[in-house]
Amino acid sequence: MNDTLSNHTPSSIVCIQGGTVIDPGHVNGRADVLIQDGRIVEVGYPLKHSIEQDDSVTILDASGWIVAPGLVDLHCHLREPGFEYKETIQTGSDSAVAGGFTSICAMPNTKPVNDNAAITQFMLTKGQEAGKARVFPIGAITKNSDGEELANIGELVGAGCVAISDDGRPVMNSLVMRRALEYAKAFGVPVVDHCEDLHLTDGGCMNEGVVSTELGMPGIPDASEEVMVARNLALADLTGVCVHLAHLSTARSVELVRHAKAQGLPVSAEVCPHHFSITEEAVRGYKANAKMNPPLRTDEDMQALRQGLVDGTIDVIATDHAPHALQEKQLEFDTAPFGIVGFETALPLTLRLVDDGVLSMEQALDKLTRAPAQLFHLPVGSLAPGSLADMVIFDAKEEWVVDPEQFQSKSRNTPFGGMTVKGKVKMTLVEGRLVYDAR
Amino acid sequence: MGWKRKDLLTIAELSIEEIELILTTAESLKEVGGRDIKKVPALRGKTVVNLFFEPSTRTRTSFELAAKRLSADVINFSPSTSSVVKGETLLDTARNIESMQADIIVLRHSSPGAAEHLSRFVQSSVINAGDGWHEHPTQALLDVYTIKEKKKEIQGLTIVIVGDVAHSRVARSNIVALTKLGAEVRVVAPPTMLPLYVERLGAKVYYQFEDALNGVDVIMMLRLQRERLGQALLPSIREYAKLFCLTSERLRLAKPDTIVMHPGPLNRGIEISPAVADSPAAVILDQVTNGVSVRMALMYLLSGAA
Amino acid sequence: MGLAQSERLLMDAQDMSRALSRISHEILEGNKGSQDLALVGIRTGGVYLAQRLAMRIQQIEQRDIPLGELDITLYRDDLSIRKDQPELRKTTIPFNISDLKIVLVDDVLFTGRTIRAALDGLMDLGRPAEIQLAVLIDRGHRQLPIRANYVGKNIPTSREENVQVFFEELEQVDRVSIVTG
Repeated sequence: MNDTLSNHTPSSIVCIQGGTVIDPGHVNGRADVLIQDGRIVEVGYPLKHSIEQDDSVTILDASGWIVAPGLVDLHCHLREPGFEYKETIQTGSDSAVAGGFTSICAMPNTKPVNDNAAITQFMLTKGQEAGKARVFPIGAITKNSDGEELANIGELVGAGCVAISDDGRPVMNSLVMRRALEYAKAFGVPVVDHCEDLHLTDGGCMNEGVVSTELGMPGIPDASEEVMVARNLALADLTGVCVHLAHLSTARSVELVRHAKAQGLPVSAEVCPHHFSITEEAVRGYKANAKMNPPLRTDEDMQALRQGLVDGTIDVIATDHAPHALQEKQLEFDTAPFGIVGFETALPLTLRLVDDGVLSMEQALDKLTRAPAQLFHLPVGSLAPGSLADMVIFDAKEEWVVDPEQFQSKSRNTPFGGMTVKGKVKMTLVEGRLVYDAR
Repeated sequence: MGWKRKDLLTIAELSIEEIELILTTAESLKEVGGRDIKKVPALRGKTVVNLFFEPSTRTRTSFELAAKRLSADVINFSPSTSSVVKGETLLDTARNIESMQADIIVLRHSSPGAAEHLSRFVQSSVINAGDGWHEHPTQALLDVYTIKEKKKEIQGLTIVIVGDVAHSRVARSNIVALTKLGAEVRVVAPPTMLPLYVERLGAKVYYQFEDALNGVDVIMMLRLQRERLGQALLPSIREYAKLFCLTSERLRLAKPDTIVMHPGPLNRGIEISPAVADSPAAVILDQVTNGVSVRMALMYLLSGAA
Repeated sequence: MGLAQSERLLMDAQDMSRALSRISHEILEGNKGSQDLALVGIRTGGVYLAQRLAMRIQQIEQRDIPLGELDITLYRDDLSIRKDQPELRKTTIPFNISDLKIVLVDDVLFTGRTIRAALDGLMDLGRPAEIQLAVLIDRGHRQLPIRANYVGKNIPTSREENVQVFFEELEQVDRVSIVTG
């Protein structure tokens, strides 16, 4: 076949030329990408389709760069409604596409909590108005995330929620968690749990260990996460419903999930770039920008998380993008809120794993594209013909220094400011439309 | 050597030489406290602000007296009488105080790292008068001063710290200071009151008080915070007192010339028996006296660097 | 210890010894003996001189006279403008100075500011009957209305020059030099 694409509607044809395409599981090599009306027509070199060299065809030169499906984040906090001073859906989407993310799943800990269709609708509408990344709301498991009564999960899914979670306010009551898993089965949505036993945490605000002892800081023990990971695995076994374990941080959590997967339990797991990049040492000096939950752990944990990515125990990389205003992070360490922004540093931090020889480029991108899309049944994460043309084009070799002042996010709370990283996003496309351009 | 620091935030950051300089300066200043006229003009025109977010009459008074003996002007600022109750942050409060030309801010705060945090934002010198469970460097310095006064050398001594080490800034600062100066430091408490990895700070861990007392030169008692009772750390005060009260019988297990210290205020009959508290072995009141000299020394040294 | 190139000798060990002997006699003469007399040396140089004067007076009078050491650091008038705090040393005056005739002893009298500080320091310790001043060198350039009662040697200097007194106790040699540069 050697069709010529006719270009009737203006600018509906985009051709990305000269790049290396990595569509995990499908393509890995020098290829051009042809897009029409927001969908992939062909990926290959040379292209079988020929295009008319006419002004209305947009040619994007990606020579020397990598072309991949747009990144998919299963875990972020867009703060709207309720905390617009930290982030809005607009600024969050701006930040996402600047980091190469084209699909982002927004946690429900807004104010009010996303436990009803009206909030879900609001978020979807705001996401569309923002016109950058696709925003997929995640609904609450329980009403107001209070951990007591189930939220109207059917209504939430009907309105467009792709998963349910009480992230940040984990479901402590195991019976409620069991019922949530059982109930969610009918709607086929994953149940996401932030694994933390709040009794064990007991006001802790960093990893409990050598550094917390030196700093005199109340600690969060590994066990605080691990007992809930174990509980969730038991409940997944009991109910047969997939539990998605958010942001694992400890070596034993990885081991527990590895064991459960070997037994065939329905479970998936994510890790955040900060947890596989830095350790509790970053907290020294009481740096509130290194305060997040789960906390930064030890080098041993970091290595275990990396190994979990390698052997597939950990399915995806998620940002846990959690913006907070400067005045909040300028509070004393123990009173400052948990969380760091993540969209604009996730890709370079992940590419460090490639540089360190932990993952291949294709594996690394898989954890950020195809794998997360599949877990939450999102219609993205692939460059197969007919797919939505959501893409990221980046220079894997370009070094740059992280400057939080340059972030598109409304907030600047990152421990990575000043760090030299490698891998810079050049262009981000959503449905064939250039939504971020840093050429 | 000269003093170079703007602030005194922790014992951990001090070199042995810096600790020695503070101690010799304190020794020179101790003479002032023995005079009829207990005042020298060294800090005339300087302003010291005691910014205490936690109530502590003793420490605050000690700093106040130290500042006054050096002729500084002293302002006491505490949350109950300030706008902190109206939601003003530590930083805003401190910047306000700085705008009143404070040369030294003495900070007591419940957050670990509060003093370090503050020091990054204000030009004034900051003295950490206790930050959460983290450090209480002036207490450790006055303890070291008192031990040196009684035992001449720290090097080679065996010192046991008794009680809730996990939630004690006094214990943390002392473990760091005393191990730095060459002492063997033991900690003894119910395991619920010892932080993870306390041995990494340089302390030997004991759970039985009697075992920990053998061959000890200094016994440092910590105050039992009654509010810890609701936190599943202890079954009861009665059981704690039975296992960890320093009695005359237990005191006999240590070296004959052992000294007994306590940062105050005492819970008589809980962590220390009245007989021991009032015995010649107790140097608790010397600690209080020396506290003023040590704090004078710090203010003197810091007022140069400011 | 030989002279450095930039040094000019003002007094050698013998000159110093003779000056101190003379001052001892002058003190005794001026005070009609050693009754109610006490010596207070200003740290550091003044302390060594006071010790030597005390020894000489002791030999002449055949009795001990009280001897103290005064650190004037806390009374300096430049504390609030200096960047580095000067090292603080001990004041040891093991007797009540009230109603005694105190002879303050210092090595070099220059601007007079040290003596002003020493006077304040002494006054904080009690109410002496009288304070007199003995110095080894008076190099002029006074900035305060202060005058010594006993002077080892008057030496005209320029402000930029530095008069240095070496002590056997510290430098293994007794001598006074002008050091330039």
